[in-house]
Amino acid sequence: MSGRVLVGVKRVIDYAVKIRVKPDNSGVVTDGVKHSMNPFCEIAVEEAVKLKEKKLIKEVVAVSCGPQQSQETIRTALAMGADRGIHVEVSGKDYEALGPLQVSKILAALAKKEEAQLVILGKQAIDDDCNQTGQMTAALLDWPQGTFASEVSLEGDKVKVVREIDGGLETIKINTPAVLTADLRLNTPRYATLPNIMKAKKKKVVNMKPADLGVDVATRLEVLRVDEPPQRQAGVKVETVEDLVGKLKETGRI
Amino acid sequence: MFAPKMLKLCLSGLRNAFLQRQVLSATAARLQHSQSKQHGEPVHSTRPETSSARTLMEIGTRRIFTKDHDLFRQNVRRFFQEEVIPYHSEWENAGQVSRELWEKAGEHGMLGILIPEECGGVGGDVFSAAVMWEEQMYANCSGPGFPLHSDVVMPYISNYGSKEQIERFIPKMAAGKCIAAIAMTEPGAGSDLQGVKTNAKRDGSDWILNGSKVFITNGWMADLVVVVAVTNRDAKTAAHGISLFLVQDGTKGFQKGRKLEKIGLKAQDTAELFFEDVRLPADMLLGELNKGFYYLMNELPQERLAIAAMAIASCEFMFEETRNYVLQRKAFDKTIAHLQTVQHKLAELKMEICVGRAFIDNCIQLHAEKHLDAPTASMAKCWASDLQNSVATRCLQLHGGWGYMWEYPIAR
Repeated sequence: MSGRVLVGVKRVIDYAVKIRVKPDNSGVVTDGVKHSMNPFCEIAVEEAVKLKEKKLIKEVVAVSCGPQQSQETIRTALAMGADRGIHVEVSGKDYEALGPLQVSKILAALAKKEEAQLVILGKQAIDDDCNQTGQMTAALLDWPQGTFASEVSLEGDKVKVVREIDGGLETIKINTPAVLTADLRLNTPRYATLPNIMKAKKKKVVNMKPADLGVDVATRLEVLRVDEPPQRQAGVKVETVEDLVGKLKETGRI
Repeated sequence: MFAPKMLKLCLSGLRNAFLQRQVLSATAARLQHSQSKQHGEPVHSTRPETSSARTLMEIGTRRIFTKDHDLFRQNVRRFFQEEVIPYHSEWENAGQVSRELWEKAGEHGMLGILIPEECGGVGGDVFSAAVMWEEQMYANCSGPGFPLHSDVVMPYISNYGSKEQIERFIPKMAAGKCIAAIAMTEPGAGSDLQGVKTNAKRDGSDWILNGSKVFITNGWMADLVVVVAVTNRDAKTAAHGISLFLVQDGTKGFQKGRKLEKIGLKAQDTAELFFEDVRLPADMLLGELNKGFYYLMNELPQERLAIAAMAIASCEFMFEETRNYVLQRKAFDKTIAHLQTVQHKLAELKMEICVGRAFIDNCIQLHAEKHLDAPTASMAKCWASDLQNSVATRCLQLHGGWGYMWEYPIAR
């Protein structure tokens, strides 16, 4: 096995920012707004680096698809311990329309090219909450998938994954190569220490375009409108249970 | 003529914050750095200075820093938020921080930033060290004596120590396992450094140290103390007869008196130290005999710069803390931030702080270029600490009665 792990990292609007919808309802305001690495991607990077520290894998490659600024996100991954980075440049209108399907095609192509043993992603991005990229990538590669992972252990050429599902925890054993997506409790991402930040400057980041991988990023989706969630309405207090039932019937709820 | 313009800028900042109706707590203020430029301000391709940024503590400002420093700052801010702030009240009651904190800081590469890698330090630049100083003040946690340990004491050893001394102490100091202090001040001599009475007499190849020191930062927890002592009473001036010694905790005759009860900085373990016939082998002399005073004069500019940088960062913290307070404190049917007199006071504060910040950043830059001389460093320390006092007083008043309460950050 190549011992190489591909980790996808996405540049998203920082979790603490108050999101505002653009006046023309075409999307959210991103200009000049603070961005950072998707928190689930941080957990994915941490898991990959831990595997390398346990000497179970040999190399961690961080990948990001996006405009020039995505390089900062890759640099953060390098400062956490990834060995090198790949920046797949997608900008302008293509970037605005970039979604899980195109990213999965890119990741699948890279996984084959890099002969990756594992592809680790965050379970979802906090901007679109799609929770699709990991699954789509696995499907395109025809690889097994271990999603919502809260525990990962490599056992020879198989991976044991404990998954967080609605009913509780499910443990599965899948063959490698495989795709894993990280859930919240998988680990706690480390601090990027100053020595590692300085070392990260020397690590290689390769730049390429989707076309170089033979991927067409044309979208098949059209965003019609983006709106803020409706304002929370005031509640109504009632005196008795009869009143409550009456009100519910009135508003057509029952 | 200049002032009304500044007032307008500050007021528009306040009014914009109103329109968003943000009730900001101290934690949100720290997270507020992410709410940059949501009011149609242009995106700066160069880094904005604090005077035009959303808050004075925002990450991504000030031209002396790069994006790598921003990344480091983010992590240091997280460290203080997760590992220091939750325990600081407890440490204030105990009069000292925990050893685990020192070791955690060492683990995360936050100690010994300015010490070269070859000696066992991190090998970072002055700006990274400045990030550590500032973030500690932004967290309002005066307890950990990191700046003194890393940027005052460690340089003495790495600059003047023998290879053996460096190998023996620097790696452990960088790991937070060997906490350091420097003892210059005595009960009878503070500003008058040449008036120190602590002395060391030769005995064969050893030295016998006698004397006492007071107001020693990190004194209670220190594993290693650099002691300033007279070694030649008959030198032509006192300065020519002073040397530096390394004294380890546990050495016979070295007593730590007590943790001093201060009116503030309660989590900082400032102590008095006593030396009674302490026998020191020859290899515990730091640097050359009788050259101690020159070493001190060489290193003090960096110490002064650190204090100046911490003072101005403290001002920035107090300003933001006060701004948040007045935005939510209600009186006379409105928040007190609506009162013009409050707005004027805040505008003046911001103006003075931003002007001070410009000078300190200049000094940090100079020091990075190794051009910071002692007079300039002294100016920075004097100006910034005077400003810090004045800002603290005014900010406390803006908090009203609550400003006198220890539980309120401004009181500390």
